[in-house]
Amino acid sequence: MGEYGIGQAVPRFEDPRLIRGEGRYVGDIALPGMAVGYVLRSPHAHARIRSIDTAAANAAPGVLVVLTGADWQASGFGDLPVPGGLTRRDGSPMYRPRYPALVKDRVRWVGDYVAFVVAETMNQAMDAAELIEVDYEPLPAVVSTADATAPGAPLVFDDCPNNVCFVQQFGDKAATDAVFARAAHVVKHGLVINRVTAASMEPRGSIGVYQPYDGRYTIYTTLQRTFPFREELAKTVLRVSENKVRVIAGDIGGAFGMKTAIYNEVALVLLAAKLTGRPVKWISTRSEAFLSDGQARDNVSDAELALDKDGNFLGVRVKTLANVGAYLQVGSQSFIQNIGTLAGVYRTPALHADITAVFTNTNPVRPYRGNGRGEAAYVIERLVDLAADELGIDPAELRRRNTIPPEAMPYKTGLTFTYDCGEFEKNMDMALEMADTASFEKRRAEAKKRGKLRGIGISQTIERAAAPSFEGAEIRFDRSGAATLYSGASNHGQGHETAFKQIVCDRLGLDPKEVHYVQGDTDQVFFGEGTGGSRSGTIGGSAFHMANEKIIVKAKAIAGHLLKLAADDLKFEDGLFSSPKTNQTLTMKEVAKAAAEPAKLPKGMEPGLFATAVYNVEVDNFPNGCHICELEIDPETGTIDIVRYSVVDDVGTVINPLLVYGQIIGGVAQGAGQILLEDIHFDADSGQLVSGSFMDYAMPRADNFPDVHVHSNPVPTKTNPLGVKGCGEAGCVGAMPAVANAIVDALSVLGVRHIEMPATPERVWRAIRDAGAKHT
Amino acid sequence: MTPGPDRLHRAMSEKIDITLTINGRDFAIRVEPRKTLVDAIRDDCGQTGTHIGCEHGVCGTCTVIIDEDAVRSCLMFAVQAQGRKIRTVEGLANGDELHPLQRAFITHHGLQCGFCTPGFLMLAVNALEQHPDIDDEDLLDILASNLCRCTGYQNIIKAVRAARDEMRSEGGGIRPQRPG
Repeated sequence: MGEYGIGQAVPRFEDPRLIRGEGRYVGDIALPGMAVGYVLRSPHAHARIRSIDTAAANAAPGVLVVLTGADWQASGFGDLPVPGGLTRRDGSPMYRPRYPALVKDRVRWVGDYVAFVVAETMNQAMDAAELIEVDYEPLPAVVSTADATAPGAPLVFDDCPNNVCFVQQFGDKAATDAVFARAAHVVKHGLVINRVTAASMEPRGSIGVYQPYDGRYTIYTTLQRTFPFREELAKTVLRVSENKVRVIAGDIGGAFGMKTAIYNEVALVLLAAKLTGRPVKWISTRSEAFLSDGQARDNVSDAELALDKDGNFLGVRVKTLANVGAYLQVGSQSFIQNIGTLAGVYRTPALHADITAVFTNTNPVRPYRGNGRGEAAYVIERLVDLAADELGIDPAELRRRNTIPPEAMPYKTGLTFTYDCGEFEKNMDMALEMADTASFEKRRAEAKKRGKLRGIGISQTIERAAAPSFEGAEIRFDRSGAATLYSGASNHGQGHETAFKQIVCDRLGLDPKEVHYVQGDTDQVFFGEGTGGSRSGTIGGSAFHMANEKIIVKAKAIAGHLLKLAADDLKFEDGLFSSPKTNQTLTMKEVAKAAAEPAKLPKGMEPGLFATAVYNVEVDNFPNGCHICELEIDPETGTIDIVRYSVVDDVGTVINPLLVYGQIIGGVAQGAGQILLEDIHFDADSGQLVSGSFMDYAMPRADNFPDVHVHSNPVPTKTNPLGVKGCGEAGCVGAMPAVANAIVDALSVLGVRHIEMPATPERVWRAIRDAGAKHT
Repeated sequence: MTPGPDRLHRAMSEKIDITLTINGRDFAIRVEPRKTLVDAIRDDCGQTGTHIGCEHGVCGTCTVIIDEDAVRSCLMFAVQAQGRKIRTVEGLANGDELHPLQRAFITHHGLQCGFCTPGFLMLAVNALEQHPDIDDEDLLDILASNLCRCTGYQNIIKAVRAARDEMRSEGGGIRPQRPG
């Protein structure tokens, strides 16, 4: 195994380019004749559009076209795709609102799409947009998830009763209810998971191009799932065959699940390009990002855990209201597929989850790192801590009593998942030791002397990665013997180029400096899917593994011919073809060069050395681990300081520890950020977005967290040839409960049992005061 | 002279000729007075290494160095930068030779998507040039100026500390890079 082998901490191959500022993000692209688009957005959370007058805007300097909802309707394009196939509680079909790129009669959230102005420069487009006269008739709006189904709540869609989009149930209701009826203990709590926003540092953006001479569309954009995006765009919106659409995603400045949907602006730049005959570019400002990005999480649950007298878990029952926002985007309903995470790492036999997805007058909600799994992990791990508190059992001990043992794998939970493998209790033991929990009480006492409240919180985390689907990989040698790798994945910071080059270069004996990597262009990559749900290491990596082996088969045949031996007499090891029957060897590069010369090949063999592979994974894998968070709270100010954070992770085979730890630490920051800092807030009366900029939306900064210590306890999975488990989201999923549990632990001495997220200094301060008031 | 609304509007969109000196090279451009420095650097001068993360001066992604200061170029008008010495990420490397900070970011996996990275590099370069002996706490304070969504900051902090230590051991700070 060479210096690039699987498991090596190889510095990234994409870095030299990025570190010089030579990344090519969509905002960096300038095409000849390119014009600029600007979206006029609704200032109201809910309103009727009585009229819209664009005459002055159309006449403004530099303006090429002004589009409104009427223009969208007349355009011949199809509305944006909306998922289907779900039902309401009575079994009737779900409510699927039409999703036009520009609305005509009604705006349904602050930021909704009213008009699109295209001009020579951004300033001209913005100036012209100010001249558009819209006559709004404001309507009552509902922005709170909990209130969306209340009788008399304003309806987001007039013909959608109670704002219910769909209902889904999982698990065994009868068995769960029976268990709860006879359980010795039932722990019950309301749990609110607040709304956050992905806030990738690169905002969204698109450039649309239309070629009249062949009717072909090209969209440059920052996005995650390139191929399904192209499919839907072609089929549903543009209404052309897929090969008339080229999608190009270059460097992507963070995505986290937010950048997967076909957003309105994608359709608008393409329509504008068609109408004006010019490429049209739209780049979101940060204020716009807050107003129009798909936002995240936002659900309200009544959660219960039933236990017997010895503290064994008998059942979990959760009823959830989940906010969909004003429109349902493709992929946004997928969080419900991850409800299986409610089972956690526990042997609980009976579980039932009942989820009602509701509309509100807010931004559409999208998957965001963890996509329902962080929420579910939060619910089960908070329930476990609440139970530990009520029953007077140590939280680690209560977990230990109920954890699925390794011998029980594969383990089918009472919900939706079958876990492949894992050593959950060992993860926890390792983490407890890393976190030095044995002497925690001493540290708590010492902190108390300094007037601080110290707390420690555990979360045993498991989540699903690489949901069944496929990915494409291609290895192509040119006549110089140099290779180019093509992947269907869409890297947005994870380091795919490095991981995939490791897999290929180590196996084939190539020098990565001579290997080129391509992704994100549907005209170059033959087939694939994209990135999301922690799938690319598993599925993208396994596809390269397959491609490797195909290359070796053909290369062996060529090598044998060149060495005048049978292919079976050869072995390929450490990058060399060799045989005991000769002292000559050949490198893959030499063989690849020969492959372009038919005279050097076996008779009848097709020249060239290249292989495509599509890996179709049929079974998901389950990264898991244990997070332990230790923090201090100043009771006078309510400020929270994380002082220590330990993670033990099992992400199966580790391709590159630098990349894995980077993903986990970044994920922890986002999970902790939600518990401590981040909050998307709409004013209840006006529906206005109050947290509309980085001045109001508190983002984690470098001084918010201590070092996160990570140790691996890999249990390679048998569900893919590499043994990899997806690691992109695991850090975020584990952090939410660990930090929350630690806060409650710190405040429990004052009688506080729970605190909502984000635990801002004010919330903490009030919780302390309220608890104190109860005791006087 | 009372400026009526028309006169103001004309003045706003009337372009004026300025020269921006970026990494030692002069760019003669025509811009509206209201154009921000970051837009001028990217669009008019074609130096797209400096990125825009927000337009309200909070995230620091657009950080460049102007004379001796780290500056948020989204909060400055291009016309204000005339005659000043502007340095961006493109000017850090010396041909094939990367700046110690750039090398440290690579070694310590201090970047993932790379979008915030140029801003962090210029912030850190300026901090280490102005205060070569800066301690960990003050350094953390400065690094807390900029936002990153991918890394969780840990490796950025490691990288900057490592570069500081390396540059210190080479004898007190690094000279600003070549004029051309």
